[in-house]
Amino acid sequence: MDYLELLLESIGTLTLNKMRTGLAVLGIVIGIGSVIALVSLGQATQQAIQLQIQSLGSNLLTVRPGAISQGGIRGAAGGRTTLTLDDAGAISTSNQISTVKYVSPETEQRTQITTGSNNTNTQIIGVIPIYATVHNVTIASGNFISQSDIDGMTKVAVLGPQVVTDLFGENVNSIGESIRVSGQTLTVIGVTTSKGGSGFMNQDDIVYIPLSTAQKQLFGTNYLSSIAVEAKSAEVMVDAQNEVGYLLLSRHNLKDPTQADFSIMNQQDILNTVSSTTGTFTALLSGIAAISLLVGGIGIMNIMLVTVTERTREIGLRKALGAKKKVIITQFLTESIILTFTGGIIGIIVGIIASYIISNLTGSIFVVSPHSILLAFIVSAGIGILFGWYPARRASNLQPIEALRYE
Amino acid sequence: MSKSPIIQISHISKIYKIYSVETVALLDVSFKIDQGEFVAIMGPSGSGKSTLMHILGALDKPTSGEYILDGKNVENLTDDELAEIRNQKIGFIFQAYNLLPRTTALKNVTLPMIYAGIPKEERRERAKKYLSLVGLSDRMLHTTNQLSGGQQQRVAIARALSMNPSLLLADEPTGNIASIQAEEIMNIFRKLNDEGHTIVMITHEADIAQHAKRIIHIRDGKIVDDISNNKQKKIKS
Repeated sequence: MDYLELLLESIGTLTLNKMRTGLAVLGIVIGIGSVIALVSLGQATQQAIQLQIQSLGSNLLTVRPGAISQGGIRGAAGGRTTLTLDDAGAISTSNQISTVKYVSPETEQRTQITTGSNNTNTQIIGVIPIYATVHNVTIASGNFISQSDIDGMTKVAVLGPQVVTDLFGENVNSIGESIRVSGQTLTVIGVTTSKGGSGFMNQDDIVYIPLSTAQKQLFGTNYLSSIAVEAKSAEVMVDAQNEVGYLLLSRHNLKDPTQADFSIMNQQDILNTVSSTTGTFTALLSGIAAISLLVGGIGIMNIMLVTVTERTREIGLRKALGAKKKVIITQFLTESIILTFTGGIIGIIVGIIASYIISNLTGSIFVVSPHSILLAFIVSAGIGILFGWYPARRASNLQPIEALRYE
Repeated sequence: MSKSPIIQISHISKIYKIYSVETVALLDVSFKIDQGEFVAIMGPSGSGKSTLMHILGALDKPTSGEYILDGKNVENLTDDELAEIRNQKIGFIFQAYNLLPRTTALKNVTLPMIYAGIPKEERRERAKKYLSLVGLSDRMLHTTNQLSGGQQQRVAIARALSMNPSLLLADEPTGNIASIQAEEIMNIFRKLNDEGHTIVMITHEADIAQHAKRIIHIRDGKIVDDISNNKQKKIKS
């Protein structure tokens, strides 16, 4: 019996019982497909989070006022009013500073914004033009805050796309419209492009106004809520952190760094925290994938065990008619390989399609990991082939009459 | 007719052990069957005749005793060697037909020839020839579930004949079919026997046994008598 004949015989028996073959293939499809879909969902989420962090700007140090510490009670960071526009100016002009590229003083506050009929609660940030460069903000329509807006303390605002949707509705040209904030009327001069993100991290739910307007007319404060400092490169981040730190200590007449009334956060610290969070997330997803691989594998094992054990009589008959063990085992092995490969390929396609649909529905990135495909395929195919081969071997070792009597 | 024996069994016993309860199916059975004989084995149900047939067909192994099949001691043969003997020398007709389900009559008959490595064209030719012989030339492409019991039995006979075996073993070949069809099948057996095939057949019908040249009676796992049948039934033409 040559191999081509064996292959044809195997295909013949598989097409004979379409229900049985279909169920076996379905078991394998689900086993492989679910693993691929779950793993790519996890990876898409992880990548999305990393991209969002990077969209905040690169090589960034954030200087924030230190926490208020009174009578041993430590308040929220940023609560103290210690940073001024002069501090920011000193960082950008001081000759002690050599590793800093841009300095962006900022003051922010959550405020209610109203238009004629709508209102929303959002983040208002007073900025200078360099903010856009430092934080990777791009303009979709209109203009960003300009130096003349700062100098003239003009009442203008640049809106994030989420704010536009909240106040004016989707796809509405809001340039030239008016918004009211803290009793002041501001004219919309620009809309930023979407950066994505959601909830706490939403980079689209922000209103930018000139720093001078914010300080003098809206918030009535001379202090800053943060100073963003962009280092010249990733390598000099630590140097920049030190330079800025010592400059501010001396400007605030402090000698001991432990008494600092400000804190400097390195963006790398944030990234590290986030990646350790997403690492946990990945571990969770790997766990889910492993469980679904196990469940899928057990499903495949069951269907193969049942379908092949069900055919013990057939194996007995084939032996009675003169089939040698090797021929029987090869036939069942061939059938298992055809089943698992067919199911495997369909499963991969189904998994990829499922990931694509999920990524579209959730608006996340579409990623398919070749590793997860390979792992799912190898494990499922291995289980399928093993549990197709094992009962066939067991049956072919029986005396033909025992196999024929098998119920 | 003094040819060498094709079957020679001596002191064959078969004991089944189920949950430590021993059931004796065959006890110290000995006989030999020469080439060209037509033997009917008779006995009530539970007498051990099917067990004997399975041992003769090398489908099962005896608990003790010696079985020499065509000059070879079965005990010394490997599973694969036995498979080859079953394929080349023995045609087995099962009481329950044992056809592949949902498969055409033609495909069922070609199955032993596939394992013998006979080329496809020849397989088809021979399968058609034997299906015509058993009167199923118009049913070749019917699947087994589209055939009546008698037709399935005849497919099983065609399959047993397809390798042109020297020994034909039939377990109740007429057990599940109408008497007219039973006569037809017996006519086929008689013709094959005349051509030189050795036939061993189990039956519980005395009428059918009368077609054989020798009748062995078996009861409770033992041979009770072994007689040659001088008044072999006439074939109706």
